[in-house]
Order: sequence, then structure tokens, then C-alpha cells
Amino acid sequence: MNINATLIGQAIAFAVFVWFCMKFVWPPLLGAIEERQKKIADGLEASDRAEQDLADAQAQAAEQLKEAKAQAADIIEQAKKRANVLVDEETQRGHSEREKIIAQGYAEIEAERNRAKEDLRKQVSALAIAGAEKILAREIDKDAQADIVAKLVDEL
Amino acid sequence: MASEYTTTEYIQHHLTNAVMCTTENGIAFNKACKDAGFWSWHIDTLLWSIGLGVLFLWLFTSAAKKATVGVPTKWQAFIEIVIEFVNTNVKDTFHGKNALIAPLALTIFVWVFLMNLMDLVPVDFLPTIAGFIGSTAFGMDPHDVYMKAVPTTDLNLTFALAIGVFFLIIYYSIKIKGITGFMKELTLQPFNHWAFIPVNFILESVTLIARPVSLALRLFGNLYASELIFILIATLGLWQLPLHFPWAVFHILVLPLQAFIFMMLTIVYLSLAHEDH
Repeated sequence: MNINATLIGQAIAFAVFVWFCMKFVWPPLLGAIEERQKKIADGLEASDRAEQDLADAQAQAAEQLKEAKAQAADIIEQAKKRANVLVDEETQRGHSEREKIIAQGYAEIEAERNRAKEDLRKQVSALAIAGAEKILAREIDKDAQADIVAKLVDEL
Repeated sequence: MASEYTTTEYIQHHLTNAVMCTTENGIAFNKACKDAGFWSWHIDTLLWSIGLGVLFLWLFTSAAKKATVGVPTKWQAFIEIVIEFVNTNVKDTFHGKNALIAPLALTIFVWVFLMNLMDLVPVDFLPTIAGFIGSTAFGMDPHDVYMKAVPTTDLNLTFALAIGVFFLIIYYSIKIKGITGFMKELTLQPFNHWAFIPVNFILESVTLIARPVSLALRLFGNLYASELIFILIATLGLWQLPLHFPWAVFHILVLPLQAFIFMMLTIVYLSLAHEDH
């Protein structure tokens, strides 16, 4: 149990061990540990960021979808309005066309009727004259009463 | 336990170091070195401690060489657990910047732990093997071949560690606080008055010297006592079987604990040396 030169030998060995540990053992091992910690921290951070990005993208997509829906609704609304306007215009035009055609028809019918009337009158007058001629042929000279007949025709 | 021993002789034999010294007749061993005084060497302590120290460095360097940032092997993971453990303790206690403290703490912790672990080798194994080698290879009486395999039961080793730590305390105290600062710390505390300088100096010196002494004696005392109990248990014949086991199990706690205490106190002392008041 006595103290002797072993003390010196042990102290030297201790110093050498500590020096060796400080030079060749501690730095690479702790370096590896710290680097790995950093890597893991980076990885976690990246995953967090990706998650955030995903959420952002989803929100953006939802926003865009909403916008598109609103736009579509707008377009449909506009189209409906336009269609109504078109229908109104067409109806209007149809109406006026009909009116015009009807008016034309009326006019034609009127003309036709006038012509027929005229024809009829002429034929009636001719017929009356023929009748009167036949009656008068027996009684009077056709030429002597011609002025009366002409008067009659005018009166018809 | 060899039958030709008495119990006292047996215990003494187990508690004696193998000594080597140089006399006028050349290198001599053991009993021939009785008068050699200071210049004799405990070769078993030196052999085992340096062997275990080299084992520690070899184990850790092998891991350090192959250390990868990616997925570590199981061995690397184990070494990293030890490194992390030491590093956490150092960081919790020591707040300065010093590249020496952590490797120093690691060396102390693992080396002292490995040396303590020799305590769990059954007490007769190594002395018997050494006696057999001594008697067959060198023709010595096996009684004269000594082998004390637990280096931490040798005061020389524990004091060597403690003195190393003590020198570091002094070195960093002077380096951080300057010679005057260190002297002030020794002389103006705890009573800050010039008249108390001698009293302060005595008190502070005792505190300072008590640190390495307590470090060395605590480790030595614990391990020497436990080794002695192991040897006493080994003298009980058959009864050693039920007794040896619980005592060994108990040392699964004691051995790392002593290594841990030595490491922690080293960190604390060096942390105090770095604190400027």
C-alpha cells in the first residue's frame, strides 16, 4: 500500500490516455453525433416545410376552385340574360313580321275584292243592259235610250 | 484457496502488489525490493491499468474510425450513448469553453470503470494463473508471485489520477484568473479583510488540497474495501457461493457509480477553477 514510482508511471499513462482521447477519440465521435443531430433537425424542418407547402397548395387549389365556380356561374347567368334578350328580340321581330304579313294579306284581299267587285259590277251592268236590251228591244230603239243606259251604268 | 496458506497469509498474498525494482544486482522482484524505497514499481497495477487504458482507447478509436453520420452500427450506437452521457454531464456542469474537459471526463469514466470492473473477476483467477506461469516458466515459488488485478485498489493509481486532476485545477485557475486572481481567491476568501489573509490562506489551501486527496482516497477506499470483502468471502469455503453472488450484484451498482463520481467531481472541480469571482 506504499506510494512509490508507480505513481509517476500511472500519471504519465493517464496524461497520454487523456491526450490520445482528446486527439483521436472524442472529436470524430462527437462530430458524427452532432452532424447527425443536425441532419435529423434539417430533415424534420424540411418535412415541416413540406407539410406547410402542401397545406398552402391545398388552400390555393380550393380558392381557385371557388373562383372558377363563381366565374362559371357568372358566365351561365350572362348567357341566360343574353338568351332572354335574343328570345325577346326574335319574338318582337316575329310579331312585326306577322303583322306585316297579315297587313299585306289584308291589302291583297282588299285589292282582290275590289277587283272582283269591279268585275261583278261590270258583269251585273252588262247583264242589266243585256236584260234591259232584251226588254227594250221589243219596245224602243236601242240607240235612242243609250244615254239613259249609260247613266244607269254610272250610277252602279 | 490453496490449502498450504493460512487465512491471514492468503489475504495478505491477495493484497500485495507485484513489485519490480532495480538493485545493484540488476532487476529484482517482490521481496527483494523490500528496501528499494520509492523507486520500485507495481508492475501488476501498471500492466492492468495500461492494458485496460489501451483497451479503452482501442475500443473507442475503432468506433471513431468507422464513425458515420448516417445510420450507426450497433457498436457505434453504444459508444455514442457513452459519449452522449459524458457530454451531457459535462455540458450540464461545465459552462466554459474547453476542449479538454469532455475527453478528460470520458477517459476517467471509462478507464476507471474498466479498472473497477476487474473487481468482478473472481479473486483467485488471476493470481493463480500468474502463480502457475511464475512457477512453470520462471521456477518461482507460487507464493512469491503476486498479482493484484484491480488497479484502483492501488493508492498509486488513484493518487496519480487525482494529482493529474489537481494539476489541471491549478493550471486552469492560474490561466483563467491569473496568478494574482488565484492568490486573491486563496487569501481573500471567505473573510475579505487583510487581517484574515493567513487564516483564509490556511482554510482555502486545505480546501484545495482536500479535493485531490478525497478523490484519490474515495476511489481507493471503496474499491479496496470491496476487494477485501471479496477476498474474505473467498475464505469461507463453500459458503462463498451464496455470499459471493449478492456482493457481486451489488458491485454492478458500485463500480460504475465510483467511476461516475470520480468523473463528476473532476468536472465540478475544473468548473470551479474556471469560475472568476
